[in-house]
Amino acid sequence: MIPFSYNKAKSEPDAIARGADTAARFLGAGTNLVDLMREGIESPTVLVDVTDLSNRIEETDDGGLMIGAAASNTALAENAAVRERYPAVSRSILSGASAQIRNMATVGGNILQRTRCTYFYDVEGARCNKRQPGEGCDAIDGFNRGHGVLGVSPACIATHPSDMCVALAAFDATVHLAGADGRRVLPLTDIHRLPGDTPHVETVLTPGELITAIELPAPPVDARSTYRKVRDRASYAFALISVAAVLRLNDGRIADARIALGGVAPKPWRAREAEATLVGAAPDDAAFARAADIALSGAATRPGNAFKPELARRTIVAVLHDLAGASR
Amino acid sequence: MTQPSDKHAVPKAGENLKIDRREMLAGSAATIAGVALSGAATAEQPAVPVDARDPLIRTPGNLGAAHSRRDGPLKVRGEAKFAAEHKFPGMVYGALVFSTIARGTIRTIDTDAAEAAPGVVFVMTHKNAPRLAPPEPFYATRTGMAGSSLPVMQDASVHWNGQPVAVVLAATQEEADHAASLVNVAYDVEDAVTSFEDATAGADVAFYAGRDLKYVAGDAEAALAAAPVSVDREYSTPQQNHNQIEPHAVTVAWQDGVLRMHDCTQGVDMSAITMAKVFGIDPSKVHLTAEYVGGGFGGKTLWQYHILAAAAAQAAGRPVRMTLTREGVFRVCGGRAPTRQRLALGADRDGRLTALIHTGTTVKIAHNAMTEPFTEASHHMYQADSMHLEVRVGIMDMLGNTFMRAPGSAVGTFSLETALDELAEKLGMDPVELRIRNEPDNNPTTGKPFSQRALVDAYREGARRFGWRPRSGQRLGRREGEWFVGTGMASAYYPYKRFGGSAARITLTDDGKALVETAGADMGMGTSTATAAVAAERLGLPYEDVDVRHGDNKLPGSIIAAASQQTAAIGASVAAAHAALVAELAALAPEGGALRGQPAAALKTVDGSLALAADPSVRISFADLLARSGQTSISVEATAPPPTEVSEWSMHSTGAVFCEVKVNAVTGELRISRICGVYDCGRILNEKLAASQFRGGIIMSLGMAMMEYAQFDERNGRIANPSFGAYYMPSHLDVPEIDVAWTGIPDPQAPTGARGIGEISMNGPSAAVANAIYDAIGKRVRDLPITLDKLM
Repeated sequence: MIPFSYNKAKSEPDAIARGADTAARFLGAGTNLVDLMREGIESPTVLVDVTDLSNRIEETDDGGLMIGAAASNTALAENAAVRERYPAVSRSILSGASAQIRNMATVGGNILQRTRCTYFYDVEGARCNKRQPGEGCDAIDGFNRGHGVLGVSPACIATHPSDMCVALAAFDATVHLAGADGRRVLPLTDIHRLPGDTPHVETVLTPGELITAIELPAPPVDARSTYRKVRDRASYAFALISVAAVLRLNDGRIADARIALGGVAPKPWRAREAEATLVGAAPDDAAFARAADIALSGAATRPGNAFKPELARRTIVAVLHDLAGASR
Repeated sequence: MTQPSDKHAVPKAGENLKIDRREMLAGSAATIAGVALSGAATAEQPAVPVDARDPLIRTPGNLGAAHSRRDGPLKVRGEAKFAAEHKFPGMVYGALVFSTIARGTIRTIDTDAAEAAPGVVFVMTHKNAPRLAPPEPFYATRTGMAGSSLPVMQDASVHWNGQPVAVVLAATQEEADHAASLVNVAYDVEDAVTSFEDATAGADVAFYAGRDLKYVAGDAEAALAAAPVSVDREYSTPQQNHNQIEPHAVTVAWQDGVLRMHDCTQGVDMSAITMAKVFGIDPSKVHLTAEYVGGGFGGKTLWQYHILAAAAAQAAGRPVRMTLTREGVFRVCGGRAPTRQRLALGADRDGRLTALIHTGTTVKIAHNAMTEPFTEASHHMYQADSMHLEVRVGIMDMLGNTFMRAPGSAVGTFSLETALDELAEKLGMDPVELRIRNEPDNNPTTGKPFSQRALVDAYREGARRFGWRPRSGQRLGRREGEWFVGTGMASAYYPYKRFGGSAARITLTDDGKALVETAGADMGMGTSTATAAVAAERLGLPYEDVDVRHGDNKLPGSIIAAASQQTAAIGASVAAAHAALVAELAALAPEGGALRGQPAAALKTVDGSLALAADPSVRISFADLLARSGQTSISVEATAPPPTEVSEWSMHSTGAVFCEVKVNAVTGELRISRICGVYDCGRILNEKLAASQFRGGIIMSLGMAMMEYAQFDERNGRIANPSFGAYYMPSHLDVPEIDVAWTGIPDPQAPTGARGIGEISMNGPSAAVANAIYDAIGKRVRDLPITLDKLM
């Protein structure tokens, strides 16, 4: 870890002013950034701690929730409104990391955490286009059991590791940003970029831009949601695949369907084409299987993760089946 | 006191000999090497140890009581000091730079930036390292404790991906770590053998622990071909790494020519001697302690980091603490080698084995003497008319593989016990019944009588506790909602071992208390707790009045906590020291009294007194004896008799494991819902510690079954998952309630009747899981670990 200075931002303007330094990085709880610094992957010389900024979780006027970026993962998972109206969000958070990490980690930091590709972490001994643009990718022909099959590129097959983001994506969450050039609001699913041939550019955030809040719109009325995570051990493992789904039935037909996938892509992945085919269909396994096929139709696998599309398809069908059953 | 003239001379049983330490060590190592002492009974050395008539075997008194670990409160309070928690004045911190190629030469190594970095005291490379002798590896020499015989930082050559190529010393760990990242190395890369296929293309029969790993009886291939029922399968097991909770560490200082080491080794004495030889100093000039060790499992031996820390401390003139990062443990300290095995069984229609073929390949490095001996259990478990057991090994350019809990048998029982399950199915026979039908009367390969073996009892008790439903070839699995449920069983096996050279010193003080000292190690399994109970029982003192010291090479004996043998080794040492103590106490008894002049065998110690064995009411208290002689204490030291019991008897522990698994119909996710192990390990010395040991091994074996493997990248020989985040072991949620039980039948040939329990429970669960999976979903998986993609 290289020497660095540490400051705690007193206010949002203070944070933005300090974050304008090109050598600066915003620091949430540090559950990922400090690891990255220890491993020599990130080497900021200025850390701006933003954990004193808003961590409030408040009702919005249109029936949603505004979540301060400094809210802890645990606080969000335990929030009564989240548990009642966005149960998939609560479930997703509780399926991730450990209680200790969730107690520390911030919601804003969760969104900006970086991939857990083991070659990305091996600074000395492995090639990685994310770390060193253009040097090559050791994961593509290496151990890639945990790697992505959707939205990946020949330059990078890393996944975004978050559970929470998958559920937030299913509820159409938006991200509030503030920077030297002002404020803007983007859909969560527009925050992360696909790797293409520039996998080192991971988000659309401009230098010094700060996540200030995450907004959840009001959930669809009478919809049910859940989050299912499949992994290599029962706890404390990243998703091989995960599915967040929201389903609303009306008169025996699917009125609204949202499917978000984790563990398969460089970002929380919304399967919008699959969702579209479901609307108006009868909620049966044949329809769910068709949707699942569409969701995985673009999958590009490597030998280590060739099982993922089938695993994802099966899990999507099972999740939708359960939600439909619960809705009947 | 006599000085043995022969290097291999051993003291007579029970004789109180304070023998020269170096001689004692030579004796011990000969046994460890498995060569000199086996079958060495002579006229002076009875073929049965003193313990064969051991009263503790017949009347164990309080042995077995569930004393809690003596070190528990200290550890909970953070007061137990581990290797990386000791401090020396002026101490600096070490960090390592690891190679990134598997084989080649360092062309240039630029340390300028590192040397200029804040806090840096010294940077060591092959260019400025002190000249050192290569370390002696385990099994290759009598006292070798190193994982490899490679010279340590003596030239520019690179032999594995991850080899230390530079050491940085700095005022803080953070400064050392940062400076290490600034060392720039350029290599001339040479072709390396880093794929299993390439390495084993020219594999040859392995030589391990003094013998070829090959055994042939009859024509097994012909018998297999002629057998009315047979199975013939291939199995594979992956490379695994050690992941003790305490990462490897050492704190060293050179003090007036003495190398002082706070270490985390399983064998203080062998580690100290190996270090002395590397540095060309007399072993008496090494003082090595390892009072607390945070897990060993075979991996806490002597690795390059020890030597590098001591060398850098010498060169820099500063004490050094070197704590490996978790990645460092994966780069520098070896683990279990991968294997590919063939297991073929032929049987007649009644299920009696006519052929047992267990062959296959594994890999090792050119610089160690450690081959994963995966056929071991197949030598000793089942009667078969013909056998072919053979391990072939190839050389790979990798970090030195090493011992890892139940080396050989952990992976060998996986294939043996799953093949038996397949055979039972083909025979239409219950797998428990198949095993009972092949239970041997004597050892199936050596013909020696078993000292004690109640495996059939273990099967029956396990089946009863678990609620095993006998089957006759059909699957009994069922479905519960989204989950398939199945049950399976397997046998467990582990040999009894006792290495020579162990010794103990007992000191009685005039307050009626005793101190027992040995050079043994306690990696958390409760050595001092068990030793105190054994000594208290023998001395006739309350458990609380016996103190135990261990983990210091200046203490008596050469004892290694390995091969599940330390309990037996210490037990025999304490018995020998006790016999010597009785003789010395008898000499202090009043002239003309009933106790004076009695042979030791006619005396016993009871209730803090020396007494006539025939009439314990004739007694005199230790305190009186000491007061009478004007001494405040009396101290005796004795070496355990050589382990001749193993040359006369077939001594093994066995067990039966039953488990229930659930396999998710959608995802293939595997959950273990119930598991039960019943073990036949001789006497259990402490039921609480034993239950914990058994459970721990079962958990480790479940990890082997379900998830654990090193991602050894065959392109460049580098391990890709060197962290707890990426190298999976069971989380609490993966572990069900574990039911353990034991027969508790004392082994009449083992000291205090106990055979050692550290490793047996590593064997069995992985096969029981695979067999239960088959029962659940009808799929055989012969490739570990059994991840969900193999079950979808």
